[in-house]
Amino acid sequence: MIEVRNLTKHYGDKRAVNDISFTVHDGEILGFLGPNGAGKSTTMNMLTGYISSTSGQALINGVDILENPIQAKSYIGYLPELPPLYLDMTVKGYLNYIYDLKKCKLPRRAHLNEVMALCKVHDVQDRIIKNLSKGYKQRVGLAQALVGNPPVLILDEPTVGLDPKQIMEIRTLIKKLGKNHTVILSSHILSEIQAVCDRIIIINHGTIAAHDTTDNLSKNISTDHRVIARIEGPREEIVKALRNINGIKYCRADMEREPGVYEYELEAVAGSDIRRSLFSILSEHGWPLLMLRSAEMTLEDVFLKITMGEGITIPSTPPTPQENGGNE
Amino acid sequence: MGAIYRREIGAYFTSGVAYIFLAVFWLISGYFFYGYCLSYATTDMSALFQNMFMICVFLIPLLTMRLFSEEKKQKTEQGLLTAPVSLGEIVFGKYFAALTLYAIAIAMPFLYALILSSYGTVEWGIVFANFLAQLLLGMALISVGALISTLTENQIVAAVLSFVVMLAMYLIDMIANNVTWEWLANVLKSLSFYTRYYSVTCGLFNITTVLFYVSVAVIFNFLTIRVFERRRWS
Repeated sequence: MIEVRNLTKHYGDKRAVNDISFTVHDGEILGFLGPNGAGKSTTMNMLTGYISSTSGQALINGVDILENPIQAKSYIGYLPELPPLYLDMTVKGYLNYIYDLKKCKLPRRAHLNEVMALCKVHDVQDRIIKNLSKGYKQRVGLAQALVGNPPVLILDEPTVGLDPKQIMEIRTLIKKLGKNHTVILSSHILSEIQAVCDRIIIINHGTIAAHDTTDNLSKNISTDHRVIARIEGPREEIVKALRNINGIKYCRADMEREPGVYEYELEAVAGSDIRRSLFSILSEHGWPLLMLRSAEMTLEDVFLKITMGEGITIPSTPPTPQENGGNE
Repeated sequence: MGAIYRREIGAYFTSGVAYIFLAVFWLISGYFFYGYCLSYATTDMSALFQNMFMICVFLIPLLTMRLFSEEKKQKTEQGLLTAPVSLGEIVFGKYFAALTLYAIAIAMPFLYALILSSYGTVEWGIVFANFLAQLLLGMALISVGALISTLTENQIVAAVLSFVVMLAMYLIDMIANNVTWEWLANVLKSLSFYTRYYSVTCGLFNITTVLFYVSVAVIFNFLTIRVFERRRWS
């Protein structure tokens, strides 16, 4: 479990991280999302005790990282932005070194074999790290974090440099690990966070811009009363007819997608569903509806809107653990 | 500490630094052995030991230059500082690794003494005291080099800086002689590394010498730890 209370970091006058608070529970995967330089890595470096916070507190399994660093660090497996690999060592030699460094008590050979199998670095275990590809180096970095089976995993952009197949594998692995570990994962790839994390914190300019479950975050600001319809028929007449639908707020013909087929953007007043009346009007006139989709915002849109500072109001109150996962 | 120590020793050998250091160290000391002992047909090794100080000044930077600078450059420092080990373990693990390699190098005169013993009587007490003096000198110089290597990411910068500082430590008596203020000259003289070392090569070994070198080593290793501490808080 990770508890962060009012964590702040100043670099001289520059405020890199400003008053961040959140909690990650056991068996939960938290995603850190933000543009480059938003303060993701700085926060992770403070959580792992690499740098100290200017003020505030970070507790790892209830142990303060600044007051009792060695104990707190022993709970953490950390994969920094650049994996801390000694390039002149073999993979096996390096993992053995990490095993000793972490004063690991698990049966050495069995444990290291298990870690290497999990991260799929078994086949390169006797090669010098220097000669490995970026993807393999990244996986050795992940293996290094898993040595000693720490209950808390902090992974800074774990899938950077991997090919799509490896990315899928690592995501599956992280999801699996998330069942019995506390995981914090940072990324600027939204689909990744969306696929893996239970909860998301969007960081921008060193502050928490949004904090919610993955589903809620896209739901809260998506306007499901906005639909896009592709209809075949005379444009002017269709617009005129659509504007007569009860509860419609806004209707606009978009571009011609196919010969004689236009896309229409419809927005109803909040709370009303216009799909049924839309169908009856169209069938009355015999205009075939070729496509209908709700103009739900993707996480990409959410992310861009938040980080671009476009005024979208999002509940930034962190969900309580009970609500977690299954809340609407 | 054991893990860091073993990795560091391993790195000395895989990077080749150990071979170059040992080869050059033994080459120069072998030359002095030939020049001062064998060619003069004497078992008095004091001249050899007096010159060893200079070899240390030249070669110890080779051992210490990459201790911390390389970690910083390769970003492996982050792995060390987030591992469940104390700063003291990190600093001393590396320090003792360098010291071990140095001890292997300075053990060579025992072999020279053994060679000499087949031609005449060797004062083993003096040989042993000299080994100890050199070990103490190494303890002090390595701690200085280690501190300097935390201050830069560049091995060459670390090596050159360490060399300059160690040379200044070697020449501190000479500097003292050129200082006009008497009190400053006295302070500098009392800090002399060479006078203490020289008296041991002549067979005078006392506890203040030991204390002096050990204190220097402790102070500089402490400063190295402080550098890391400070960096984390900055």
